[in-house]
Amino acid sequence: MINFAYTRATGIADAIKEKVEANGGGQFLAGGTNLVDLLKENVARPARLIDINRLPLAAVEPMSGGGLRLGALVTNADTAYHPEVQRRYPMLSRAILAGASAQLRNMATNGGNLLQRTRCYYFYDVATPCNKRQPGSGCPAIRGQNRVCGVLGTSAQCIATHPSDMCVALAALEAVVRVSGPQGERSIPIAEFHTLPSNTPHIENTLSPDELITSIDLPESPYAAHSVYTKVRDRASYAFALVSVAAGLELDGDTIKSTRLALGGVAHKPWRLPAAEALLTGKPATKESFLPVAEALFAGAQGYEHNAFKIELGKRAVVRALTLAAKGTAAIHDVNGQTADA
Amino acid sequence: MSLLKSILGTAVNTDAAEHLGKPTRRVDGPAKVTGAAKYAAEFNVPNLAYGVIVSSGVARGTITSINAAEIEAIPGVLKVLTHENAPKTAWLDRSHRDQISSKGGSPFRPLYQAELQYSAQPVALVVGETFEIARFAASLVRVEYDEKPHETDLHANQAAAHPPTDNSGGYTPAPKPRGDAESAFEKAAFRVEAEYSQPSEFHNPMESYASTCVYGEDGKLTIYQKTQGVQNCQAYVCSVFGLSKKDVQVISPYVGGGFGSGLRPTYELYLAVMAATALKHSVRVSMTRQQMFSFSHRPEAVQQIKLAANGDGLLDSVTHHAFEETSRKEEFLETVVNWSGLLYTCPNVSLVHQLVNLDVASPESMRAPGAATGIFAFESAIDELAYQAKTDPLEFRRKNYAEKDQNLDKPFSSKELRACYDQASERFGWQGRPLEPRSLRKGSDLIGWGVSTGCWEAMQQKAEVKAVLTADGKLTVSSATSDIGTGTYTVMTMIAAEFSGVAMENVSFELGDSSLVYSPVEGGSWTVASVGSAVKSVCEELRAKLFKLAGKMDGRPLGGAELADVTFVNGEVRVTKDPVKSVTYAEVLEAAGLDKLELDTTEQPQLIKRATHGCYSHSAVFAEVSVDEDLGTIHVTRVVSAIAGGRILNPMAARSQILGAIVWGISMAMAEEGLMDHGLGRCMNHSYAEYHVPVNADIHDIEVIFVPEHDEIVNALGAKGMGEIGIVGVASAVANAVWHATGKRVRSLPITLDKLL
Amino acid sequence: MNLATANASPPATQFVTLTINGQQRHLEVAPWTTLLDLLREYLDLTGTKKGCDHGQCGACTVLLDSKRVNSCLVLAVAKDGSQVTTIEGLAAPGSELHPMQQAFVDCDAFQCGYCTPGQICSAVGMIREGHAETADDIRELMSGNLCRCGAYPNIVAAIEKAMDATRARLSV
Ligand SMILES: Cc1cc2nc3c(=O)[nH]c(=O)nc-3n(C[C@H](O)[C@H](O)[C@H](O)COP(=O)(O)OP(=O)(O)OC[C@H]3O[C@@H](n4cnc5c(N)ncnc54)[C@H](O)[C@@H]3O)c2cc1C
Ligand code: SF4
Ligand code: FES
Ligand code: FES
Repeated sequence: MINFAYTRATGIADAIKEKVEANGGGQFLAGGTNLVDLLKENVARPARLIDINRLPLAAVEPMSGGGLRLGALVTNADTAYHPEVQRRYPMLSRAILAGASAQLRNMATNGGNLLQRTRCYYFYDVATPCNKRQPGSGCPAIRGQNRVCGVLGTSAQCIATHPSDMCVALAALEAVVRVSGPQGERSIPIAEFHTLPSNTPHIENTLSPDELITSIDLPESPYAAHSVYTKVRDRASYAFALVSVAAGLELDGDTIKSTRLALGGVAHKPWRLPAAEALLTGKPATKESFLPVAEALFAGAQGYEHNAFKIELGKRAVVRALTLAAKGTAAIHDVNGQTADA
Repeated sequence: MSLLKSILGTAVNTDAAEHLGKPTRRVDGPAKVTGAAKYAAEFNVPNLAYGVIVSSGVARGTITSINAAEIEAIPGVLKVLTHENAPKTAWLDRSHRDQISSKGGSPFRPLYQAELQYSAQPVALVVGETFEIARFAASLVRVEYDEKPHETDLHANQAAAHPPTDNSGGYTPAPKPRGDAESAFEKAAFRVEAEYSQPSEFHNPMESYASTCVYGEDGKLTIYQKTQGVQNCQAYVCSVFGLSKKDVQVISPYVGGGFGSGLRPTYELYLAVMAATALKHSVRVSMTRQQMFSFSHRPEAVQQIKLAANGDGLLDSVTHHAFEETSRKEEFLETVVNWSGLLYTCPNVSLVHQLVNLDVASPESMRAPGAATGIFAFESAIDELAYQAKTDPLEFRRKNYAEKDQNLDKPFSSKELRACYDQASERFGWQGRPLEPRSLRKGSDLIGWGVSTGCWEAMQQKAEVKAVLTADGKLTVSSATSDIGTGTYTVMTMIAAEFSGVAMENVSFELGDSSLVYSPVEGGSWTVASVGSAVKSVCEELRAKLFKLAGKMDGRPLGGAELADVTFVNGEVRVTKDPVKSVTYAEVLEAAGLDKLELDTTEQPQLIKRATHGCYSHSAVFAEVSVDEDLGTIHVTRVVSAIAGGRILNPMAARSQILGAIVWGISMAMAEEGLMDHGLGRCMNHSYAEYHVPVNADIHDIEVIFVPEHDEIVNALGAKGMGEIGIVGVASAVANAVWHATGKRVRSLPITLDKLL
Repeated sequence: MNLATANASPPATQFVTLTINGQQRHLEVAPWTTLLDLLREYLDLTGTKKGCDHGQCGACTVLLDSKRVNSCLVLAVAKDGSQVTTIEGLAAPGSELHPMQQAFVDCDAFQCGYCTPGQICSAVGMIREGHAETADDIRELMSGNLCRCGAYPNIVAAIEKAMDATRARLSV
């Protein structure tokens, strides 16, 4: 870990000012669960940490017009267990609870979760090359140990995934990320927030350098009654997703009115394909309807030596998630984010 | 049988025992649950400097430069040690070997030369005034290499396999072939031929290796060290650094897990001693979790097995050929294939164990070394053969039961494996298990049941124990062994209380200090057999001595009773039939004018008795898995393991040992795998997040049954040890259950979900 | 950062006030000192363990403002004004063990003991959170604490045993 300066921001404007003054060398500190980890690995090397924990961004509030606003500094745990989140956005609650551990969720914040970095082994190991960490150094994962890497939207420069569970649900819920920066405030739809690696894997989102995330806004959702988060991983808990699926169905009797589907563990961002979701509109909620959607989502997927299985696994997980969602949120026996068939 | 008999050196009946055989809470429990128990990196002394290790980024080549001078200029940095400035240590390889290392190898020497031996080996030590300064400075170290090609891939280098040329303790070379396995195989009715593989696995005890080396005013070193053998470390430090034993004390009261990784001195000890002596300053060096992947590990193995049975389902041919990795400079040897000639009756057996030298760190024993590896493959193959023969796999094992050790052509000292099969299968509800795979379902999940046999050698080493009875009636027993979580403190206290007649609360056992009397390293499940037997002996001597002294007392409080007429209990000698005639140990000492009674005993293995027998513990493991057919996710929902491990001295700790070992077996079956990038020659998942071991949610119902064995041959206590037997056979039981659930035979560990899709 | 600036910048320590096990302490800490290292290396509170230093094992679990967290990922400087309870502070000094500690001893819920302080603090934090009802809940919600010795079945048993007594303590 390198030495850095520490300042505690007193307000939003102050935080942004500090960030600007740090001239590219500053980084916000929220829960620290990803940043402090990366500091110790010498992957993050900021000159200054700007602690934003005392900013007034720690509330979950109803929005005028019906949605719910999640403050950037609300912890993942408080978000997941918030009664309104559980009632209106069960998919999000379950996604969060399927991630990390109880301790980490007590520390991790919603803003930090959006910006957590990939878990690609090479990214974490400064003794190895990695285009994301050190642009131009190469991508050993492509021919190396790539079990944790992606199969969709990868590039010749980088095949890493975004590891978040929460963001997968946010993508399915079409959340909006609100940010504040030197140029003022703006809103970024979640679909436009994270980016694909292309030739610039070191760039992971569309946040401008000195912008601060202030909240995540959830629009009204008609999916609460038929929501599921299915996470497939290498151990029963405390492991990142190999593949995960956030699925929401809006049903009219047995007929599907609309669908939301997002995938985790497979790409540099939560993976959504509205065209695939549209295939279900007007169809009955059956396995036969779901299979083509799964195929469509993985069309063009490219597997690598140790992760090609994710394509087949991902398709099956999509069918499973949709099948469970059709049964209804309440029918899903749920052990703190572990989704199992009732 | 009464306690009396034990005085005469016979084994004791558990029923008559006061402490042995009774579930007993750990005597070190309160210290562990309050945080009072101190581990190696927790001895804080004034003015302590901190060393942070810099690890190499490449596997082979030469270091061309290190910016050590720049780093030393950073305020607060006391020293940067590299191969360029490291003080010279002993010249000969012999001086670097320890109790455990192979006899002819060249042990790894940190900071010895520019030449690299493996990726992630230590290449520099940055010593700073604080941990944070050292860590900061270490992050700025730049090492340049002239890289050379490396080989880390066992599969790709199998052609370079060679038989072991070396030897080391604990290794039994493969027995000579018996019969003609090849032609028996060709003629047989049922045949299996398959290859099994298992990746390298890393011990990863919860506590990382650490050494707090306190530099005394007189230059004496007091080293708080994470190790399974304080005297092994002491001897190593003395021999490597040319120091005298009286100037080096190694202390290790608590060890946060070992599993074999601490049998040999670890490299942070070497670095801490080097820094402390060079700077004349106390230094602490701890490994990071990442560095816990940079030394000992269970070697990767490829195993080719051919089995055949005749038309009656009797095993007729066994061929087992194992290839294991080792480093370039040392042959790590573990007994992998011998079990296949031992577990079942078979006339035609051919066993071969070979090594492949690679650019990796030397492997080291990891929980049930060799047996965990070999028996996984063999017991999987047995299962395959049983199915070929359309025989229930438990029935098949019973049918081929071995009544003697055919490798050695000797009877077993004891073997209650049949009772293990009976009791565990009964408890598990094995009866009625359908022969065909994919027959059981629960909801949409596939269910499978698997069985395996397990086996481990019951060893004994020489050990010495000292006992001191003081005038206040308190007994202190000591030996330089360790407690790595195995419950040594507790079981030794129990044994001492049992055989001395001093009440448990007045007995204390001391360990983990090189200045205590001799003990072998804690490993191989031999501690109770070795040190425990010595504790028994010394306490029996103590009683004899007390009895003799009591006989000389004025007033003859025992009224002239013979040794056979008295009982030693609760700190008193009593006439058994007339307990009012008694005298306390304190009174005996006082009458003799002694302020203490001190005895010292060395117990040798019962070589003569043991030489005529095969001494092993056995187990029968039953596992149930549930598999999500679509997603491939596997849950080990139930394990029942019956253990025939001689006499169980503390059933509470013994059960915990077996439970833990079963968790290890599940871990081996489902999770553990060092993911090597052969292009970089480097293990890439070097963290607790990515090198998976089970979490609480992975572990469901586990039941342990102890099948009593009376064994006077293994050692004076009749105990066989509990550390390893529990893991052996678990991975095969799980693999067999996965096959039974899915019809898929996964022959490469770990059984991850992608292998079932 | 290059070496020149590294040398130039003196350690910018700051003062923080932390209440640790009921005792208020004014401390001067560097920004990069974690709560875990502060406890272990500066305050000699070595009951809190370092198993990975990266949030991956739970050995460093303490109660920070009553919530269980991984102290290895907490920068001490950021927690000015906070309350910290470590394993040393669970039971009042000199008094008997906390029910959770006693249950761990009674159920033999550990072997080497290195994960144990973290397990115990985590269990107490979990009970305070109030989401664990069944054994399955406990297994899931305790999965942030690895036990390499594999004492899980006994850990679950100990927590079930101490659940009511721990709850009763929290409500007073
Ligand atoms: C062992 C382990 C296992 C994990 N497992 C999972 C898992 O299974 N699933 C999962 O989803 N996650 C998992 N996580 C990741 C965890 O969810 C994230 O680390 C966490 O959400 C990050 O939040 P934080 O507040 O701690 O962020 P920090 O570490 O404080 O910050 C992360 C990044 O975000 C920036 N940042 C933070 N807040 C803001 C803001 N308001 N505006 C602008 N920038 C900001 C920081 O500068 C930093 O660059 C795991 C983490 C660990 C250590
Ligand atoms: S996949 Fe991306 S993060 Fe991983 S090594 Fe390649 S460039 Fe780096
Ligand atoms: S030491 Fe903090 S989680 Fe492992
Ligand atoms: S008791 Fe050893 S790690 Fe849990």
